[in-house]
Formats: sequence, structure tokens, C-alpha cells
Amino acid sequence: MIEGRGLTKRYGSKVAVHQLTFDVRPGVVTGFLGPNGSGKSTTMRMVMGLDAPDEGRVTVNGRPYHDLPWPLHEVGALLEARAIHPGRSARAHLWMLAQTNGIARRRVDEVLEIVGLTSVAGQRVGKYSLGMGQRLGIAAALLGDPGVLLFDEPVNGLDPDGIRWVRNLLKGLAREGRTVFVSSHLMSEMALTADEVVIIGKGRLIAQVSTEELISQSSQRFVRVRSPGIAALRDALERDGATTVSEDDGSLSVRGPDATAIGELAARIPVTLHELSPQSASLEEAFMELTEDSVEYHGDVTPPAARAGSGGG
Amino acid sequence: MSEVEVRTGAPGAAPSRPASPSGHYAMRGLVASEWTKLRTVRSTMWTLAITVLLGIGLGALATAETRAHWTASNQVGFDATRTSLIGVFFGQFSIGVLGVLVMSAEYGTGTIRATFAAAPRRPRVLLAKAAVFGAVALAVSEVVAFVAYFLGQSLLSAPAIHTTIGSPGALRAVAGSGLYLCALGLFALGLAAIIRHTAGAISAFIGILLVLPIIVSALPSSIGIDIERFLPAHIGQSMVSLHTGVRSFAPWPGFLLLCGYALAALVAGAALLVRRDA
Repeated sequence: MIEGRGLTKRYGSKVAVHQLTFDVRPGVVTGFLGPNGSGKSTTMRMVMGLDAPDEGRVTVNGRPYHDLPWPLHEVGALLEARAIHPGRSARAHLWMLAQTNGIARRRVDEVLEIVGLTSVAGQRVGKYSLGMGQRLGIAAALLGDPGVLLFDEPVNGLDPDGIRWVRNLLKGLAREGRTVFVSSHLMSEMALTADEVVIIGKGRLIAQVSTEELISQSSQRFVRVRSPGIAALRDALERDGATTVSEDDGSLSVRGPDATAIGELAARIPVTLHELSPQSASLEEAFMELTEDSVEYHGDVTPPAARAGSGGG
Repeated sequence: MSEVEVRTGAPGAAPSRPASPSGHYAMRGLVASEWTKLRTVRSTMWTLAITVLLGIGLGALATAETRAHWTASNQVGFDATRTSLIGVFFGQFSIGVLGVLVMSAEYGTGTIRATFAAAPRRPRVLLAKAAVFGAVALAVSEVVAFVAYFLGQSLLSAPAIHTTIGSPGALRAVAGSGLYLCALGLFALGLAAIIRHTAGAISAFIGILLVLPIIVSALPSSIGIDIERFLPAHIGQSMVSLHTGVRSFAPWPGFLLLCGYALAALVAGAALLVRRDA
């Protein structure tokens, strides 16, 4: 269980995290979503007692991290890949961490086996690929067999096979009753892994909801219609209470009635339909919409006029 | 590695997780961990090898050279002990670099975050580092000092004069030069805890050893002479010499002062480790 209450962190005049309150419960995978630079890593470092919050507090299993008697037995974390001395072997890295918390040497071999690094455990970490470094970081997180796990962008640098492996690992850890907190800037990745998501933007909490709820809430369904008699159809639809938006490409986006209702209405007018296609915003788009106002670094390619004309999505 | 369920717990562990050991993580574990860290990177071996090589090799070179060109006039004011320990002056840089790296390498590579996550009471981590590095530095330095001394004295064959370990002050000078290197290394470790960057900490360390004396010697001598004896390098000179200059600290008070510097740097470093984000 991780409980953040009113966490605030400033770096100089820049507010990295602002009044963040959230809970991460055991038994489920909780995704931590936000655009790059939204304060996810800072928040995780505060959970781990590495950065001190300017205001608020965060506890792990009811205690501030600093007061945990055996930190590695309670919390494991992958905070950044490759934060490991390149000249040390994977086995030596894990062993020196194990020794601090009285963890047996055979556990080092176990976690190496779990992440699949046994055959290269004696090699210097500097020779590892990004994915191998990531696996070593995960091994370190699992070392103390902890009940609370934090992973900051764990799939970065992994190949599709590795990504699938991490997904299964996270789900398995949660199924064992552990608290699993995983950050990502990819909604699509979280949709496959997380049961619940904490969404932040510019260091502020946007939502803490179950993934299902997020999907149903935010998937904006609409129907795209093309027709030579689009004006007549639009008037009829609006009389029936539908919301319509004329798109630049000549199509009409209709919210309210479903495709069947629109088709029947068109037949009654009558107008010919060239397209009648139900659309639903992807999860990624829903997430983008949620965090639209809170993206730190915009790379806007759409001219403002075009953006104003397009209807949502 | 596959689609099948990934096992994460200890073998045979039930889904309910095993209880943590009783008590609290302790110094013993931290010291063991620091020992592992120190012996599993190559820089340790390199810096210690250089210390041994310079400490013994340059002492041997200096004494052999002195013997080869020995004339009766050399005898005046000749300090055979000090000549054989000349390598200590060079060894202080490699020991200092290792002292810096013990701390700064963790910041440079990011390992410090794993370290502090495993042991959030940061001053204890620094204490464990000081204990392990201090013990290693002392052991290596004493070996270097004694080997350099005996080798040097044996090279200073007649007609050159040499001392024996029983000569007045000789044992103090030899053992003292090892202690001096160790204390200086701990001072470097403290500097690294304050500065955190390898290059910055090494620059500061070398600046204090080499540049500070130059600055002090440029001061008007009335002021400079009073300041000079407080400099670490000057304390070191008096520790490895049989005779102490009138304006210098005597060897042991000087050593205590040097220990005070090291302690001050370590305490300041510990305070900053607690205050600053990792």
C-alpha cells in the first residue's frame, strides 16, 4: 500500500509535483500515467525517500520510507535503467544490495534466473544492452521479495518479447497480492497491464480511476457520415437532437444517434449515403485529451485554425 | 521469459509473502556491502596498484640514486628515513582518488539511488564507506610504508648512512606515513560526499594538497608561516620526517589535526547527504 497525501515538490521556481494525493492498493497493477515531464519520476523518488517533498507526505505500508526496518524486504523499485556501475557485474551489483538487507546469496541467483540473466551474470554491466540493463533493474527490485513494487517506465528499451514478459510479470506480482505501481507515458501499454490508473499532468492529479471506467468514460463514440445531400441530412439530424460537426474533408461527425438510426433517417429524407461508419476515439486519444492542457512540451503540427475546426477525437 | 506465469517469490513460498526478518538493517550488512562494492570494480585495484608502485618504487629509486652519488657532504642533514618514504608523497594522490571514487562513482553512475533505497539512513552508509575504505587504505599504506622503508634502508649501504626501525623516530615516521595516507584518503572521501562529482572532488583534493601551499607561500611571510603548518601537506612532511621544523606541529598533534579535517569533511558530507535529494 502506498499513500501519497498532498505531495508537493519544487525545483527552484518550477513546480514538479503539486498537491498530489493518491493511493496504490495491493493486489492490482496501478498504472501511473502522464506525459513526459509530468512528475511521475519525481513522485516515485519521493515514495522511495530519495527526494524529500516540500509539502505533504507519502507512506509505504503506513510508514515513511526512511523508517522501514528492512527496506528491500518491503519495497522494490526500478527507478531508472542503467543506474548501475558499468564496471561491476550483475551478480556483484545484486549481491552488494542483498548484503545491506541480510538477503541470502542464493536469492541473487534466483532473481537472475527470474529475469533470465543467469548466463551473463558475471559480465560487466557496461556491456549490457538497454533491455538487459532493464532486466537487471527488475531483478534488483525483486531481490527482497517485497510486497510493494515500483517500476518507472519498465518496458523502455525492451523488444516485443520482453514487453510481453514484463506485462506478465507485473500481473503475476499483483495476483500474488503485491502492490504494483508502474509508470508509463503510453496509455495503450497501461490499458493492457493496469487495473487502475493514476493520471497526472504538470504534476497535478487529473484522475484516479479503474482502467475500465476510463475507457468507457472517455471513448467518445461518433459516426462519420458522407453524403451528396449532407446539408439536408445535417438539418434533419439536428432537428432530432444530434450534435454534428462538419469536418474539413467534407464528412460529418455525428454524436448522439447510432449508425442504424442515422441510416434510417437518411432513407426517410431520402439522401444517398457514401459513408456511414461508427468511430470510437482510441484510448490513446482519450488520454491525450485528458492531459491536453497539461503537456509540458508541445510539438504542435496542426495550425490553430485547423484544430478549432476539427471536432474532438 | 515466456507466456507462462512468472514466478517471483522464493522457491516454495506461498502466495502469502514471507515475513521480513526481525530487527533492523544494520551496520554489519552495510559494511559487507561496501566491501563488495570496493572489490568488484577495477578502479580500486588500479588506484591501489599505483599507490603501491609509486610508494615503493619511487622510494627505492630515490634511495638507490642517493647511494649511487654518495659523497661525504651528503651526510649533513641527510634523513635516510624520509628519503626512503618519498613515495608517500605520490601515493597520497592515488589514495585520495580512490577515496573520492568510493563516493563519487555512486553519484556518477546513479548507483547511489539503489544504495539509499536499500539503506535510507544515509549517514550510516557514509560511515560504512569510511570504515571499509579506511581499513583498506590503512592496510595498503602501512604495507607500502614498511616495505619502502626496509627496501630503502637496505639500498643505502655503506658508506651511505641508513637507519634501523629501532632508531629514534624511525618507527613513528614509517607507521605515521601510513596513517597519514589513510587520514588523507578519508578526508578525500568526505570531500566527495560534499562535492559529489568525481572531477570536482579530485580537483578540490589536489588543490588543497598542491595549490594551497603555493598560495600560502605567496602570502607575506609573517602571515604565511603561521598558516603553513595547518596545511595537510605540511603536516604530512612533519609526520614522515625524523626532525620537525620549529614552526611545524609535532607529528602526533599534526596527525590529530589531520584527523580533525577528515572528520569535519565527513560530518559535513553526512549532513549534506541527508539534506540533499539523491
